[in-house]
Amino acid sequence: MSPHPQTPATDSVPGVAPLLAARRFLTKETVGDGGRTLHQIDRGSWETFYRDRWRYDRVVRSTHGVNCTGSCSWNVFVKDDLITWEHQATDYPTTGPDAPDYEPRGCPRGASFSWYEYSPSRVRHPYVRGALAEMFRESLERLGDPVLAWADIVENPVKAQAYKSRRGRGGFVRASWEEAITMMAAAHVHTTKKYGPDRVVGFSPIPAMSMASFAAGTRYHALLGGTLLSFYDWYADLPVASPQIWGDQTDVPEAGDWWNSTYLMMWGSNIPVTRTPDAHFLAEARYRGTKVVAVSPDYADNVKFADDWLAPHPGTDGALAMAMGHVVLTEFFRDRQVPYFTDYVRRYTDLPFLVTLRRRDNGAWTSDRFLTAKDLGDEDQGAAHRTVFLDERTGEPVVPNGSLGFRYGERDAGRWNLDLGEAVPALGLLGTTEEAVEVELARFDVGDTEGGAVMRRGVPVTRIGGHLVTTVFDLLMAQYGVRRGDLPGSWPNGYDDAEEPNTPAWQERVTGVPAALAARIAREFARNAERSRGRSLIVLGAGANQWFHSDMTYRAFISLVLLTGCQGVNGGGWAHYVGQEKARPLTGQQHMSFAFDWQRPMRHQAATPYWYLHTDQWRYERVPADELASPLGTGRFAGMTFADTVAAAQRMGWSPGHPAFDRNPLDLTDEAAAAGRTVQEHIVEELKAGRLGAVADDPDDPANFPRCLTLWRANLLGSSGKGNEYFMRHLLGVDSLARAEECEPGERPRDVAWRAEAPTGKLDLLTAIDFRMTNTGLHADLVLPAATWYEKHDISTTDMHPFVHAFSPAVEPPSDAHTDYDTFLALADRVSELAAVHLGVRRDVLAVPLQHDTPDELATPGGRARDWKAGECEPVPGVTMPKLVEIERDYTLIGAKMRAVGPLLDTLGTTTKAITVDVTPEIAYLAERNGVVADGPFAGRPSLATADRMCEAILALSGTTNGRVAAAGFAALEARTGQPFADLIEGHEDDHITYPDTQAAPQPVFTSPEWSGSEKGGRRYSPFTLNVERSKPWHTLTGRQHFFVEHDWVAELGEQLPAFRPPLNMARHFGRPGEVVDGGVTVRFLTPHAKWSIHSMYHDNELMLALSRGGPVIWMSVEDAAKIGVRDNEWIEAHNRNGVVVARAVVSHRMPEGTVFQYHSPERTVNVPKAERNGRRGGYHNSMTRLLVKPTHLAGGHAQLTYAFNYYGPIGSQRDEITVIRRRSQEVEY
Amino acid sequence: MRIRAQVAMVMNLDKCIGCHTCSVTCKQTWTNREGTEYVWFNNVETKPGIGYPKHYEDQDRWHGGWRLDRKGRLVLRSGGRMKRLSRIFANPDLPSIDDYYEPATFDKDILVGAPAGLKDTPVKRPYSALTGEPMAVEWGANWEDGLGGAHERADRDPNITRMPAEAAAKVRFEFEKTFMFHLPRICEHCLNPACVSACPSGAMYKREEDGIVLVDQDRCRGWRMCVSACPYKKVYVNHATGKAEKCTFCFPRIEAGQPTICSETCVGRLRYLGIVLYDEDAVLAAASVPDEHDLLDAQREVFLDPHDPAVRRAARDAGMPEEWVEAARLSPVWRLIGEYRIALPLHPEYRTLPMVWYVPPLSPVLDATGAAGRDDTDADDVFHTIRDLRIPVEYLAELFTAGDADAAAGVLMKLAAMRSYMRARTLDGTVAEELLDGIGMTAEQVESMYRLLAIAKYDERYVIPTAYSRDAAALEAQAAASGGCSLDCEGGPGMGGSGAAGFGAGGSGAGGPGAGGSGTDGSGAGGPGAGDVERVRAVTERFHLVEGGADDVHVGRQGLTTRRPDGRTGLTIDPLRDRS
Repeated sequence: MSPHPQTPATDSVPGVAPLLAARRFLTKETVGDGGRTLHQIDRGSWETFYRDRWRYDRVVRSTHGVNCTGSCSWNVFVKDDLITWEHQATDYPTTGPDAPDYEPRGCPRGASFSWYEYSPSRVRHPYVRGALAEMFRESLERLGDPVLAWADIVENPVKAQAYKSRRGRGGFVRASWEEAITMMAAAHVHTTKKYGPDRVVGFSPIPAMSMASFAAGTRYHALLGGTLLSFYDWYADLPVASPQIWGDQTDVPEAGDWWNSTYLMMWGSNIPVTRTPDAHFLAEARYRGTKVVAVSPDYADNVKFADDWLAPHPGTDGALAMAMGHVVLTEFFRDRQVPYFTDYVRRYTDLPFLVTLRRRDNGAWTSDRFLTAKDLGDEDQGAAHRTVFLDERTGEPVVPNGSLGFRYGERDAGRWNLDLGEAVPALGLLGTTEEAVEVELARFDVGDTEGGAVMRRGVPVTRIGGHLVTTVFDLLMAQYGVRRGDLPGSWPNGYDDAEEPNTPAWQERVTGVPAALAARIAREFARNAERSRGRSLIVLGAGANQWFHSDMTYRAFISLVLLTGCQGVNGGGWAHYVGQEKARPLTGQQHMSFAFDWQRPMRHQAATPYWYLHTDQWRYERVPADELASPLGTGRFAGMTFADTVAAAQRMGWSPGHPAFDRNPLDLTDEAAAAGRTVQEHIVEELKAGRLGAVADDPDDPANFPRCLTLWRANLLGSSGKGNEYFMRHLLGVDSLARAEECEPGERPRDVAWRAEAPTGKLDLLTAIDFRMTNTGLHADLVLPAATWYEKHDISTTDMHPFVHAFSPAVEPPSDAHTDYDTFLALADRVSELAAVHLGVRRDVLAVPLQHDTPDELATPGGRARDWKAGECEPVPGVTMPKLVEIERDYTLIGAKMRAVGPLLDTLGTTTKAITVDVTPEIAYLAERNGVVADGPFAGRPSLATADRMCEAILALSGTTNGRVAAAGFAALEARTGQPFADLIEGHEDDHITYPDTQAAPQPVFTSPEWSGSEKGGRRYSPFTLNVERSKPWHTLTGRQHFFVEHDWVAELGEQLPAFRPPLNMARHFGRPGEVVDGGVTVRFLTPHAKWSIHSMYHDNELMLALSRGGPVIWMSVEDAAKIGVRDNEWIEAHNRNGVVVARAVVSHRMPEGTVFQYHSPERTVNVPKAERNGRRGGYHNSMTRLLVKPTHLAGGHAQLTYAFNYYGPIGSQRDEITVIRRRSQEVEY
Repeated sequence: MRIRAQVAMVMNLDKCIGCHTCSVTCKQTWTNREGTEYVWFNNVETKPGIGYPKHYEDQDRWHGGWRLDRKGRLVLRSGGRMKRLSRIFANPDLPSIDDYYEPATFDKDILVGAPAGLKDTPVKRPYSALTGEPMAVEWGANWEDGLGGAHERADRDPNITRMPAEAAAKVRFEFEKTFMFHLPRICEHCLNPACVSACPSGAMYKREEDGIVLVDQDRCRGWRMCVSACPYKKVYVNHATGKAEKCTFCFPRIEAGQPTICSETCVGRLRYLGIVLYDEDAVLAAASVPDEHDLLDAQREVFLDPHDPAVRRAARDAGMPEEWVEAARLSPVWRLIGEYRIALPLHPEYRTLPMVWYVPPLSPVLDATGAAGRDDTDADDVFHTIRDLRIPVEYLAELFTAGDADAAAGVLMKLAAMRSYMRARTLDGTVAEELLDGIGMTAEQVESMYRLLAIAKYDERYVIPTAYSRDAAALEAQAAASGGCSLDCEGGPGMGGSGAAGFGAGGSGAGGPGAGGSGTDGSGAGGPGAGDVERVRAVTERFHLVEGGADDVHVGRQGLTTRRPDGRTGLTIDPLRDRS
């Protein structure tokens, strides 16, 4: 376009043109019409500045690792070897022409990550607590051996106290890399030698987010014999309902599948904030006609995308879900039958299965357990685990394929499937039987204790094999209060009956959601599922999950999607997005991380009971365990505390207890050898004789302390450490903000030993490996500088999308910083060196709980609890107590083993979820691809010397990334199920994703038996579609999705069936929300996920601080703020028995009265003043919390309730807490 | 007719999640340097709220944009030349730093380097990035995020105060009545830019080839009239250089056919970029229509239909390359503004003819059980009517249609009808003809609109012709192959080697005014350990706005602020200091 120079029109626009007219125009300029504006061709000189800023040398693909689970692909821009900024990659493979693509995935947290590269809090050198460094140097000089030097300090109470008491109080000194690694190795060797390797503990969350970095440290701990703590349950991200219902840790649709939904409920999930990169699918699905409903106690960011907003009181979501279930069962099962729903629940749920009834002491009936083939007289091997329904056509009992009893037996090959043959399972007995009895059912909305009360409602019954039985469906109708015919009992009179659970009117009283609205949403949800054949979706989040009774809340949610045939359907079902654990290349990740190529198993420990015991939070637990028990229970928790339940579950082999015994396991094997018996015999004898104790029975015995704790990729003391102030006091031995009082004599445990004086400073060495200085680092004895995510090789995957992403080094780590991978190699090498003198070859013995997806699931028919210590049975390893597994450890070869793929894979192959694959070709491939170890004892083995080689090994061994492995796995699955699967990997049998592939572009994974959905042909992943479409059983007792959960401990709490359990009634003990006492207002203290920090970490980034409020805040309602005279942004203090928090108030009408939020997770290192209350540094969100262990999460040994790492275990919930908030002096001190 | 092409943007607020990724990537790339700490070329506001800077939409206060004088002529609201010249040293229409916010930074290495013997754990506290003094954080670039503090001040949101009293009375800052949405903002690159008109130095200009409004950093003399004149307050003063800076529409990227950074990185996928053809000769008349309600249609009339053969011919005749003519035809921006007519301009009553338009947001129903009077038993009737929505349509009207509620409602109606139409398509495969009549669109139009809004593939969202008269590949090569370290420019325009004509010192190494001792090569640092690595680190840390060692860099310690006559804190840089 040519310029149009013209003479400006003087004053044609008053006051304007003269300014321009005064100018001497260049030839390329032109003044716009009326002389108002100046157009010119850019002259290309002044703007060099902006062009220069946009200039760069190279772009490197990387992503962000733990603790964000987004797994987005990013382009990192580098100029002059400095990282400048990052933008999202947009080269994702398409989802197809008629769906939105994934690009560009990312969020502001990720976009600001590069700030850390050169931030002032970047850890560039190793740091040691000054007092410790001095002593170590002195001792080493004097003794000449690092291990002896370490012992010289920690075994001397004065010296130990000298450095432990200074934790977190400044005074770091720089150490050389060499010295730091030596000190750490010496501590680990000394601990292994004196106390046992299981006293060396490691913690690092979420492998999926940087698998090689995770594997480096876990592999090290595995080879040492150390204890590895779980994270998913600890974070309360694990939805315990998932293993209870599906026998699956968690499996959810990718975000792209939201697009396929036509009715989407966001329930406690603030998608724009917590699933930022995927929120667009939600917004876009609306345009396709999807109705969106938000259930949130506050007007959260996601509510704006909804058509309807339901705002239940915090923690009452379960009541709303139960009422919705009441409507669905009433209108779509009783008043009218929907063939799609009926057919679905018959095939894919336990609803038609028969349950025995038992008489209670008061003569009333209540549900007991599933009727099995054994009850029908079948003495076959699996009979006790083969469940039964009645055939509607014949009225005869049928033992269908697919239950647990068909999963492992040799003779049952080909029968583990959901094929019903000609049989039609009877959905309920109404109409087929004349007989009915009243059963007692649990309700928790009323009652004198947390255990609630009972209600009596009738179910039709019949007699089979001498047992009075009904069906799960009939129990469910009774539980939900759907009156049928003239069944006896106490039933609601209609939706508007507010007295009887679980009507819409009843829920209105509990939740505050209008009854008519709840009913309408339920109706729409189910009707949509009917019209769309299952495309109603519930997106669930931490807001609903991290409550103490979240498993029950989730069971109420999931019941909705099961009843309406949505689960296993694209666009339908549940979508739980909290701390996504999905390492898509699962097999390789697990086998490499846990060193299963060298030895099996390793010490996997559930973190919640571990910290409950070892930070002595149990000593403050003044509520007995049977407080939770339903009146339906048999009183089995009477006289027990929660700590007692932990000890019991561990000794029965249900829940892992590492370390297990009050003796060094290396010594136990020596003793056994000396006594001339097997170590199993030895341990059983010693236990029975009472000479050998369990750690859980006396956690305060110095022999049982955790001694060395290594944290990498984690901020335990600044983010996830629930009951932080108890960690401070008992684990670290420093001042604590907690004011809670210990148990009185009458409140103390029955079995767990009470020592008059609670120990403090149990831990000898806390090592933090990090690239930034965190609250954890500040309290560590040793801080090792780590590479960032832009400085290393690694891979990442997530639930949210089907791609494998690469981390790549854009720049080298600065100064003394190293990748986690290299750090643990260096540590392993040093340990191996020191071991030559101090350890050599030893034999270790592991107490391993009964494992999920193994025949261990058959150990406890009917879920009958038998405690050998109470004389209820004999201690039999692997049946009534943990398995005892002996492993030989050559401690001089740990470093060498870290670097090589071990030989166990050649002989045992890999096993994931009971599917074993021969991986001989992969070992050969890795030898070529990675090269082999050149010399030493493992010469010729494939090399793992670098992180990228580790990535290759993970990718090669997994079906999702190696088509051959997937094909082999499907072949095994076909043999077991007799159903076709091979076609799912057709066309990809020879495809194999390599690490360089992931660096080039996001790589979509293949369909694999490691997971339950299909990506074949570009299909969006949705869980359990293989179960539904290929008749593959779920990994449960019945092989179907469970409404009824069978186990003595579950029954004791009255939780066999879905029910609403309200938040723990803290108010009873500590004050009622909304109440004002002494100038403070009592409120619920919730910690939803934050907008301005990277998931649960990192609210210290200056960009994020600039976009938020520059430090810790607590959000509160206008009403509550008014009660204590607080205005927006004023300083307040929150305190309860566990600690104190100082923060600024964000006051907003968006918040409901009676509840405050402190978004997870503020940094205690940023802008936290001293508390007015005690003059000490204010705490952070977990200074308000204390652990409580739910006994049902310890239940094990039976079917889907068997242990696996991060699969089952007590959650570290933190939502049920309350606090008092006061306005404080506005003058603050730092 | 004088045909021109404008690179323009539409943001679909109905998709905005308020995540601020746009803000961060923009800032990381363009303004994370000394002098621009408080500057966000792209910011995101929570509405209702008073915005950034505070109350910027209140033109009675700031006198930005244009108005019609008594004779109906278009004049700058900030007054004529003489008036503005007279205020050049004490401009009451200039926001102070308090109206933006005082940027904070945090202690440097106190965590790693805390001395032994502390009673408590060390902690980082806020310091002013401007003065280096301890400060309390009391306002920010996004202070109102998530309606924080809204009940105390959002009733002074100019969009509420201007609403008809009856509608405004319904806005209550109560839990049950809550509504909220996000408003991302960049420079509007107006067709009738007040900032350009107000610039006494001729430093501000509108690029002829694509309409991007820029500040010539060589010519800017720091008069700051642009800041006052811009009603959107999207021109900022770099307090280190004293010069105006603003969103550049990422011209180095646009020239290479790449989307702006805020668009490329928008994870809500709500931004659309494309060419709009318009008649420059029609601008003045459109900006001068008397009735504010007519401004929307008047601006639409300025645009030229790229499908019209006559327009295409005219464009070619005017020398526009075929690639541009074709891009105009495919422009998603044109489709949203001109074809579906669902995009609206932000505050058309400012009469600047802004070129970043918005699709207004839907919202949840206000009262799900009562007022809507719905049939609760029809489970297939899942959507609500737009008049029941939580965001008052009058509020949206104040933002986008100069108060014309019907015009705003018309757009919401189209979005709602599209959803209902598509629900039938998706669930049953049927075409709901009855819905089309109400919005005057064909099934084909609705489905293509749906596709653009929902499926929104990358190449449908961004249709950007490469800079003509330049070779895109060469531009990209130029961008990718760095010559010299551009970090030398850490102080911003005028700070580094080139383009410092406005300052006497000019050349490299001198640093420029306000840069203190921050020599670009750090050669003055000396001392033990000040090797290459340290130098690089120091430069880098300055780049990221953090202090390096103790000796050489003191970000913002120059005492750039002072009390103004009106008692508020203001910037003290003398705009005349470096006038040549």
